[in-house]
Amino acid sequence: MKLVEIAHARSGDKGDRADIGLFAGNEADFKRIAGAVTPERVAAHFRGIADGPVEIWPLPNLLALKIVLNNALQGNAARSLRSDNLGKCLAAALLRMEIE
Amino acid sequence: MKTVRIGAGLGFYGDSWAPVATTLERGEVQYIASDHLAELTLAILQKDRQRDPALGYTRDLVPMMTALWPLAAKRGVRFLLNAGGLNPQGAAAALAAEFARRGWPACIACVTGDAVLDRMDELRAAGEPLAHLDSGADITEVRDRLLFANAYLGARPLVQALDGGADIVISGRVADAALFMAPLIHEFGWAWDDWPRLAQALTVGHLMECSGQGSGGNFNAYGPTFGGGWEAIPDYAHLGFPIAEVSEDGTAVITKAPGTGGRVSFDTLRQQLLYEVHNPHRYLSPDVILDMGTLRLDDLGDDRVRVAGATGLPAPESLKIVAGYDDGWAGTATIGYCWPEAVKKARTTESVVRQLLAERRLQYDDIHTELLGLDSLLGPLADTSRADELNEVYLRMVVRTRDKRLAEAFPRQIPWLGLSGPPTASGFSGIEPPRQLLGLWPTLVRRDRVEDRVRVDITAVS
Repeated sequence: MKLVEIAHARSGDKGDRADIGLFAGNEADFKRIAGAVTPERVAAHFRGIADGPVEIWPLPNLLALKIVLNNALQGNAARSLRSDNLGKCLAAALLRMEIE
Repeated sequence: MKTVRIGAGLGFYGDSWAPVATTLERGEVQYIASDHLAELTLAILQKDRQRDPALGYTRDLVPMMTALWPLAAKRGVRFLLNAGGLNPQGAAAALAAEFARRGWPACIACVTGDAVLDRMDELRAAGEPLAHLDSGADITEVRDRLLFANAYLGARPLVQALDGGADIVISGRVADAALFMAPLIHEFGWAWDDWPRLAQALTVGHLMECSGQGSGGNFNAYGPTFGGGWEAIPDYAHLGFPIAEVSEDGTAVITKAPGTGGRVSFDTLRQQLLYEVHNPHRYLSPDVILDMGTLRLDDLGDDRVRVAGATGLPAPESLKIVAGYDDGWAGTATIGYCWPEAVKKARTTESVVRQLLAERRLQYDDIHTELLGLDSLLGPLADTSRADELNEVYLRMVVRTRDKRLAEAFPRQIPWLGLSGPPTASGFSGIEPPRQLLGLWPTLVRRDRVEDRVRVDITAVS
């Protein structure tokens, strides 16, 4: 299934980092997502967009993962040539990821 | 128990103040805190100031306050705005002149001292390396190309302005959340080392600083699992900006004005809580470091969410500076193609343009290509399996170069292909002037070296 069926997400920018908050609807889905959404998988998913390391912090109190993509915005939003210079759509792109 | 109610003002330069008017009319707030400065807004203001030294502040300030002050003054509502940008004194003067012209009495405070562009060499000489925060690179690499450099100030000068009786506080760069923290510290008299309460105040500010994103705007959720997600958010046209009701112990309820659109819920609020946060256990501000790992968001229903449990750690010893520097130019052109074979025709034009650039020795540092309608927002993550069936697609090409004339030359290579290239070319655009690109230079500075120069000036308009 795709993440979008059990999670929602918002992305933002800070310098060359894009950050994504990923949110589960309940405890069971949170555990499932926390197990499936690893730095390695996220890095592979965003290949071609972000080529730096991926950092993930689980926040059980919010049933959420905080995900940071490094080297993700062509330097920063004001020097990026992309239409989505702020990385606003990267959260939606993550929701397309297939998980077990 | 005493509570203080703060309404969110704008979330960026260009935001709407109609929801702020609604908050004033129906929200029973005592303060409006308004964030006009995104990380990059100072670059826009710098261009304004180059044209006219009296500018350099966000030009929405005067029309916004002219529209809102009649609603605010009769209710005793006070404002904090970072609309001063690169010229807080100019902003305060412009607003004071407009108020004087209309015969509106008010105390206007102006906070200065965040701008350090003219002090970079002095700070270096005093032993501040000003190296790039992430890469460690030496600032001499970009010293000659710097356009602005501003430190993020904390809540202290804003509190000083409120303590001094200001009705309207205008600052330049301050931490966005500080605009919301200051009224709480002023009202409750919290100590500057009361880390749990300051952490609660920072949480409130962070939830509020992006206006509608704290009350159901940009709610990126889909389908029945999340109650219909974005599609179930009521009445976008009248979305209410968030309002915080904060108690003396620091706990808060986030809500919005009655009868407005949008939604304040556990789901909409936690999306905003983690927005533009890096390590959630060390969310830095000049006044306190917040650990979000202990926070509780309790959905009380009826667009009310209780926020409690923030952990605070002592304030950092440095302030963050973000400088911007000239990093070249972008030239852009866009041209559309319709079915049949829209994508194939657009791709052919792209390769013809690349061939011509090479033959004409027009060399660019980067050439970026997107097909609007296919992959411009998802890039390499777009699903292109049905690209052949698209009704239409626009080819968008952008080049990067240090040479402004070379950026200007780029779009001119394309229009002739309307008559002499693949069929159905339509909707060309590329006549706008090239766009200046901006590099960002985040760095740190010992806080006293900036804070010793911070000034608060209060002027009474009568």
